[in-house]
Amino acid sequence: MSMVDKKVIDLDQGWDFMQKGITKLIKILEGLPEPQFNSEDYMMLYTTIYNMCTQKPPNDYSQQLYDKYKEAFQEYIRTSVRFKVCYVDLFVCFTIMILPCLREKHDEFLLIELVKRWANHKVMVRWLSRFFHYLDRYFIARRSLPALKDVGLTCFRDLVYQELNVKVKDAVIALIEQEREGEQIDRALLKNVLDIFVEIGMGQMDCYENDFETAMLKDTGAYYSRKASNWIEEDSCPDYMLKAEECLKREKDRVSHYLHFSSEQKLLERVQHELLTVYTQQLLEKEHSGCFALLRDDKVEDLSRMYRLFSKIPRGLDPVSGMFKQHVTADGTALVKQAEDAASNKKAEKRDMAGLHEQVFVKKVLELHDRKKLARRLLFDKSANDDHERSILTKLKQQCGGQFTSKMEGMVTDLTLARENQTHFEEYLNNNPHVNPGIDLTVTVLTTGFWPSYKSFDLNLPAEMVKCVEVFKEFYQTKTKHRKLTWIYSLGTCNVNGKFGAKNFELIVTTYQASLLLLFNTADRLSYSDIKGQLNLTDDDVIRLLHSLACAKYKILNKEPNTKTILPTDTFEFNAKFTDKMRRIKIPLPPVDEKKKVIEDVDKDRRYAIDASIVRIMKSRKVLGHQQLVMECVEQLSRMFKPDFKAIKKRIEDLITRDYLERDKENPNLYKYLA
Amino acid sequence: MRRSSTRKTQPTSTTSSASSKAVVKELERVDQLFYSYANKSSGVIDPEGIESLCSDVGVDYTNVRILMLAWKMKAEKQGYFTLDEWRKGLKALKVDNVSKLKKALPDLEKEVRTPENFTDFYSFAFQYCLTEEKQKNIDIESCCELLNLVLRTKFCAQVDSFIEYLNYQCDYKVINMDQWMGFLRFCNEISFPDFTNYDEDLAWPLILDNFVEWIREKQAKT
Repeated sequence: MSMVDKKVIDLDQGWDFMQKGITKLIKILEGLPEPQFNSEDYMMLYTTIYNMCTQKPPNDYSQQLYDKYKEAFQEYIRTSVRFKVCYVDLFVCFTIMILPCLREKHDEFLLIELVKRWANHKVMVRWLSRFFHYLDRYFIARRSLPALKDVGLTCFRDLVYQELNVKVKDAVIALIEQEREGEQIDRALLKNVLDIFVEIGMGQMDCYENDFETAMLKDTGAYYSRKASNWIEEDSCPDYMLKAEECLKREKDRVSHYLHFSSEQKLLERVQHELLTVYTQQLLEKEHSGCFALLRDDKVEDLSRMYRLFSKIPRGLDPVSGMFKQHVTADGTALVKQAEDAASNKKAEKRDMAGLHEQVFVKKVLELHDRKKLARRLLFDKSANDDHERSILTKLKQQCGGQFTSKMEGMVTDLTLARENQTHFEEYLNNNPHVNPGIDLTVTVLTTGFWPSYKSFDLNLPAEMVKCVEVFKEFYQTKTKHRKLTWIYSLGTCNVNGKFGAKNFELIVTTYQASLLLLFNTADRLSYSDIKGQLNLTDDDVIRLLHSLACAKYKILNKEPNTKTILPTDTFEFNAKFTDKMRRIKIPLPPVDEKKKVIEDVDKDRRYAIDASIVRIMKSRKVLGHQQLVMECVEQLSRMFKPDFKAIKKRIEDLITRDYLERDKENPNLYKYLA
Repeated sequence: MRRSSTRKTQPTSTTSSASSKAVVKELERVDQLFYSYANKSSGVIDPEGIESLCSDVGVDYTNVRILMLAWKMKAEKQGYFTLDEWRKGLKALKVDNVSKLKKALPDLEKEVRTPENFTDFYSFAFQYCLTEEKQKNIDIESCCELLNLVLRTKFCAQVDSFIEYLNYQCDYKVINMDQWMGFLRFCNEISFPDFTNYDEDLAWPLILDNFVEWIREKQAKT
């Protein structure tokens, strides 16, 4: 029958024709020998529908066709899918005896088959939607009915998913547990299955969440609760933490491979809860390996892990820092007494200084309050409390003596003074409006010597900032003529207002970043070399800056070419299209890696401390044997850190070279103090 | 009686005058010998002079005996002998010409290698290498050469082993006097290569602690 003739097509006739097409499709999907559709077939099918819908009433069959479409699906599903699923169960029963590697859990076969069915189903939906596309375009829209695609999916959901989702969910969870126990599973399969849960929600995550995630989280919780209750008895604190860290890593990995990304947060929280929160007290208080022992034995790596793990839990660090504080305030009296005991009993004879039991490891507290960190807190942490810092310093002073805390006290005082100074500066500006630089400027003056040394690269400031610097300099001259100001731009922050299209954003950036951004006030496009030349910074710095502004989370600048690394051949353009839901954005500039330097600094400090201790001892004793000298040195320093025997020997040798000490001519084990 | 007394005294006076004359002659010869090697403009024997002295005496200038000679002279500057030093040395050796000097060297060596003198010589050897003003250390390479020179004949195994270690380790780029002397003491006191009586809790220089540890590790592997 030629469709070109405008003969009226009867519903049944037309549907018969469509049915043939549908049957053909089903055969293809079932893998039966059937030639594929060609474009003519397709055209005919489409045109049939078209005609049937556009015929004049009472022969416009849109509604009926719509219903038929639905029926077609239901029919297909009912007969084929379920049949196939039952067939799989049968197949499975029979193959128990046949397949050697068959395991008890057949659920995986269910999953495989399900995934295949779903894929086929989607193909069905796609093709039929194409055939019935005309319906989709006109009939459905006018009647606000669910689209054909949705109808197809809904059928699958109602007939297949509804019945099987529990079984499927159990199968998935069983596989996850297997993987947790160390077995290899088919991750791609799980991903496909979980994609079904997501897709079947048709835009909502409720199927995934209600039918899978909730149970998965519950199962995860139970799993880790079991594990934790075993581990907490058997394992030392460091080992437990290693396991916990590993578990968290694996769960995160799991998300990236097959769970939906929205599960990550909830999953990790659950695991953290079972492994860490529940057992915090027990873990930290483990007698020979807990928080306290780690402090005592200088187990930096384990303590870092502890910090890392507990910092992710809300208020997780409270018990940890509680324990630290506990031992600081379990204060000097206990320590002094024990130190005295030890000295008088000469208990500490060998390398194992554990004879001095509960020592207060002010060293760790010192690290907490080490100058660099204190500086960072004082300068950048708006919630830092002066009084609080001062009270800690007072305690520290009692423990360690004034010379240790004087610098830190100086830092806190500097800040108080800086605030006063700023008030005076603002008064000065008010009284001299002609020098006002037009920018709100806050300056903090730090006394060199108290603060850690900071590197600051001299950059070419934009004119606006140069004016600020000049104005402040003039003001400062009025206060004191004998001091030299060195500007540390690396510590500065700027609030920069940017107009992007019609929107304004406030960007909180470092001084360097601000200087770079302001360059774009006079040019829309700048090359790497332009920028470098104008700012007068090193390549390393320029790259870091540009990366933070063009390749990180917030793209204030567009980079050409749009790659992730900055090259000297790149050009940059102001991104007028930049937008974000927040109006006030902080753009971080990752710091230069200072870890190595910090370690070096700590070593240096320790060396000085050991030297000072040796000299002090020798000065008072004049002549002392090697072993005694080492013992006394260790004792003196025990409140701060546990010095290595070799380190002390090295320092002694160094002091001999520097003519502080000499070896006795007769007895090389004896040292004499050289005045 | 008187005549005999005078006769007695006469020979004495002749002897003393003869001996004093002899002494003066000796001194002159010593000085002359000095000037024959000395640099005309600087007035001291410089490395060139030492080299020709050595060839006359028949030893290589790197030979330990020259070092021993320098020790005897209490020479201060490596490669140079001053007149004073020269006189001191040759007087102590009781020589005033090259052939006598040559003959005296083996005895000198024996003298040096006595326990009372050797430590002093050993320390002198180090000191002698400190050529720059305020220099307190010598680099590893020179140290190894020096060890070979002064210590190998006596403590071959220790020296070879220690030199191997010095070249292997990276903690120290120079050796100071304390470490240098420590090594001699080590060779004298510690049984090698079992180190049964070595105690690292004592005041042995750290480099020796590391040396012993290194050998022990090697021994454990083989």
